[in-house]
Amino acid sequence: MIDSATLWTVIIGLGVGSFLLRFTFLGFVGDRPLPEWLLRHLRYTAVAILPALVAPLVVYSGENGSTDITRVVAALATLGVGMWTRNVFAAIGAGAVTLIVLVYVL
Amino acid sequence: MPITTTKSAFWAGVRDGAPFIFVAGPFALLFGVLATEAGLNVFEVMTFSLVVIAGAAQFTALQVMENDAPTVIVILSALAVNLRVAMYSAALTPYLGRAPLWQRVFAAYLLVDQSYALSHAKFDAEPELSVPQRMAYYFGSCLLVMIVWFGMSYLGAAVGTQLPQDLPLDFALPIAFLSMVAPMVRTLPHLVAAVVAVIVGLLAVPVPYSLGLIIAGAAGMMAGAQAEVMLKGRGA
Repeated sequence: MIDSATLWTVIIGLGVGSFLLRFTFLGFVGDRPLPEWLLRHLRYTAVAILPALVAPLVVYSGENGSTDITRVVAALATLGVGMWTRNVFAAIGAGAVTLIVLVYVL
Repeated sequence: MPITTTKSAFWAGVRDGAPFIFVAGPFALLFGVLATEAGLNVFEVMTFSLVVIAGAAQFTALQVMENDAPTVIVILSALAVNLRVAMYSAALTPYLGRAPLWQRVFAAYLLVDQSYALSHAKFDAEPELSVPQRMAYYFGSCLLVMIVWFGMSYLGAAVGTQLPQDLPLDFALPIAFLSMVAPMVRTLPHLVAAVVAVIVGLLAVPVPYSLGLIIAGAAGMMAGAQAEVMLKGRGA
């Protein structure tokens, strides 16, 4: 059980912190041009952070950190269809259908 | 249809953002359900979603709180997961940095994966858009996603534990993230960045306080940027 004081500290702290993260560049940097090396790195933000976030969730998807094969297959289906069709919804559909079918069949 | 006015830019944003309700909706629903199961009431769930608006960070906070971690670690872990929004903020600054401050305050509050991904792609593809048109597109792209975000958080909190227990909702988050990232892998440097991030991300799992994610993300970004420089050098 989470106690109320902790919860509200987290909500407020996380709210303020998240806003500052979001506002830093947009608010404080304004229209000053950013250096090319920084922009070059920023181009790869999403394709680096999101896979880094997802990889452990896929590989250690079973109970107590084991690998759940149904979830790995669903992840690969999502990735494969997404790269092939370049369509977010085709990818989500492929992943969700694969997962649900495997979970109920196996 | 080409964007000619601020109004048409707003509605183009609304249209392009519409499909993402199917991404934000399940996340918000899932958060509402999991948070209720962790003992939060509807008011707490709604405030959490309204103040933070960051699915992955909210899930992280919930997870770490349930492990009885110190409060400061809970906040730092969730912020680490959310650090990518600082990078999104930097990536959008060349396009939106000249807008009035109050607009940038609201834009910052609404900055999430979807609004970043859509707007950055749009501004990159159509450099002739004016700053007010870009802002209008940006806010348009947020509209439906935010309505659905708050609505589904509420629904999740309200239905709480009444959902069938064997529904594999836990994996909604990885599937949504993968489906977002797969179409973005357009070039070899993108692929290099993703592969390096995955490998480092898996190796860095034991690193405490979710710092592994930051390390892996930084490694992936550096790898992608380096690959881009090397490919350009070969082409010249």
